[in-house]
Amino acid sequence: MRAVDALMECLKAEGVEVIFGLPGGANLPTYDALYDAGIRHVLVRHEAGGGHAAQGYAKATGKTGVCFATSGPGATNIVTPIMDAMMDSCPVVFVTGQVRTDLLGTDGFQETDVIGITMPAVKHSFMIQHPLELPRAIHEAFHIASTGRPGPVVIDIPTDLSRTEIPFDGPVTDLRLPGYQPTVEGNAKQIRQAANALASSLRPVLYVGGGAVNAGAYQEVRELAELGNFPVTCTLLGLGAFPGTHEQSLGMLGMHGTRTANYAMDEADLICAIGARFDDRITGKLDEFAPNAKFIHIDIDPAEISKNVPAHIPIVGDAKSIVANLVAEYRALDGVEASRLDDWWTRIHGWQAEYPLRYEDSEGTEIKPQRLVQALYEATGGDCVLSTDIGQHQMWAAQYFMFDSPRNWIQSGGLGTMGFGLPAAMGAKVGRPDDLVVCLSGDGSIQMNQQELATCATEGIDVKVVIMNNGYLGMVRQWQELFWDKRYSQVDMGVWPDFVKLAEAHGGTGLRLTDKTSLVEDLRTALATPGLVVVDVAVTREENVYPMIAPGQAARDMVG
Amino acid sequence: MGDPGTKELLSLDELEATARLRTGRKHLLSVLVENKPGVLARVAGLFARRGFNIETLTVGPTDDEQFSRMTITVDGAMHPIDQVTKQLHKLVNVLKIRDLEPGFTIVRELAMFKVAAEGTSRSEVMQIGEIFRAKVVDVTKRSIVFEITGTADKIDAFERMVRPFGLIETMRTGEIAINRGRSET
Repeated sequence: MRAVDALMECLKAEGVEVIFGLPGGANLPTYDALYDAGIRHVLVRHEAGGGHAAQGYAKATGKTGVCFATSGPGATNIVTPIMDAMMDSCPVVFVTGQVRTDLLGTDGFQETDVIGITMPAVKHSFMIQHPLELPRAIHEAFHIASTGRPGPVVIDIPTDLSRTEIPFDGPVTDLRLPGYQPTVEGNAKQIRQAANALASSLRPVLYVGGGAVNAGAYQEVRELAELGNFPVTCTLLGLGAFPGTHEQSLGMLGMHGTRTANYAMDEADLICAIGARFDDRITGKLDEFAPNAKFIHIDIDPAEISKNVPAHIPIVGDAKSIVANLVAEYRALDGVEASRLDDWWTRIHGWQAEYPLRYEDSEGTEIKPQRLVQALYEATGGDCVLSTDIGQHQMWAAQYFMFDSPRNWIQSGGLGTMGFGLPAAMGAKVGRPDDLVVCLSGDGSIQMNQQELATCATEGIDVKVVIMNNGYLGMVRQWQELFWDKRYSQVDMGVWPDFVKLAEAHGGTGLRLTDKTSLVEDLRTALATPGLVVVDVAVTREENVYPMIAPGQAARDMVG
Repeated sequence: MGDPGTKELLSLDELEATARLRTGRKHLLSVLVENKPGVLARVAGLFARRGFNIETLTVGPTDDEQFSRMTITVDGAMHPIDQVTKQLHKLVNVLKIRDLEPGFTIVRELAMFKVAAEGTSRSEVMQIGEIFRAKVVDVTKRSIVFEITGTADKIDAFERMVRPFGLIETMRTGEIAINRGRSET
């Protein structure tokens, strides 16, 4: 059988049910094999859309996403999704076509050293040099992408090798990766120490990140939090790992987190990080971050331990099993004084009462952007998969949309890729066809991959797009206003395109909303409309995201 | 240090990275890697993209043809060694990393020096060579090539001694190292 036919068998053996991609010269053999392989393929309009769709699929389902691209420009177009998947620990396997082996290194037509270009952006990559390497590469790629700290893996296949007849006696099932053995089980002694530290802490905080989502540790995190009555704050990527409406939830922390969450971190005596990495958007000024705290750091990636903040009790391994063991250890402790946290909770409730998230609503019918997110939450009952793009709308969504369950919040967190939202929503909808999938975007972000509306329309992928339209690159404008003397340089987007007509041009339904009084009802109607729907919502043009830890400042100096 | 998003001006002093988790000494990392194409590029790329500077790097085969040995020296005053080794560990093709303890390690570097040696200076240069146990491996009327092994410090010292005679060319391999005693490196 041809190597590419073996490739299809291997993909099926890995449980692949859908591929996002776009064919070209160098992966013609791959697409020929795909023709009757019995795997669904979503033909995107740009490879970046394919990569982000595979990410959205992976984030919404927990499975490994797959993206195909051809050589040269096809491959360079997926560099952004690859880096995005790397930053957010998202399991995606990218299969690229490559020019014939005899053309390699000759600047052949559509030749790109994709392995070289993507080297700093991948968890690992395979340059296929012999067709017999392919089955093993596929199995190992899926293993590497989905285990340990998940991430992107690239497999580059020269077009002559993919057409070669090879003997194939079934997919490879063993691994030959002597240098890759992620630690899964946490050290029992460290876990016991962590339990003791939690039991004796007076001002503890659980700080939960995307790693808890990747590990599927929601039940365990909740159990730990409720068992010890610990306050919980989530990172942008961690939202949903602990229910946002839970009374112990402090909301998101960091640059645009709640004051309560940030103040709690600032005054905590013990911070237990679960699958979070102390990013600069969390810590603010590092020297003044959580000055009184000791740190328990649970992470699958040893390189995250003590990278930014020194861990007093590091525990390397899978968050799900570690937190489960931590719960057991904590439960087994004698004489834990539950009342020791009374003062801490009083302090926290004080902040919550004094500093709730707030904004000044408009007097008339004008829609404030925060109101739009609240209306969307009301219209959906919080029961939907929500992807966003990057910028103000994203931060407001993180603040005002309460996520009670994981994998409903589809984000480009680390890389912050504008243009991520629509294709990611598309991938999420493919993975979870029975759920309502909404993409909340900005008028700037949506235009970066709006060609994927055509993919949604063609493939019947029923995504609802809500555009928070302020006619600005809003977050950049906010920074120019606050830190650059209001010199608005190149942030005014004007009034084009007409998003209603854009929706109609793709056979969908377009709506423009401007009145806050009927907003919830209008959104409900829009979301209930079958097929592709684009809702263009005019919001207050110059509104800022608050509260905010100004760049280089400490959490206690939050403004707004 | 100022955030990139703000207009706060930075001074050159502030640009100098803050010293955190730095050991202040030279580190010798012995790294066992899979003998596969592209592995050196992955290691080198990792150093490059995190701003780590490799002082020396040697690569050679091991007694098992599946694996190669890299010996890397890194300045611990410039870089957090802990992060360097942890990041190296994340590379799928890297099996083992040892940050070798200076007291328990035998370190050697090979160097060749081409020194100008005419007339009266000739015997003087040869004498210095003898003191350092450097071997003469090539002689012409106007030059001598010495071969010398030792620690980097010894080779530095030799270089300082012969430089005044006219150093035409130097070639150094970078250090390799092995653990003392029975235990494996």
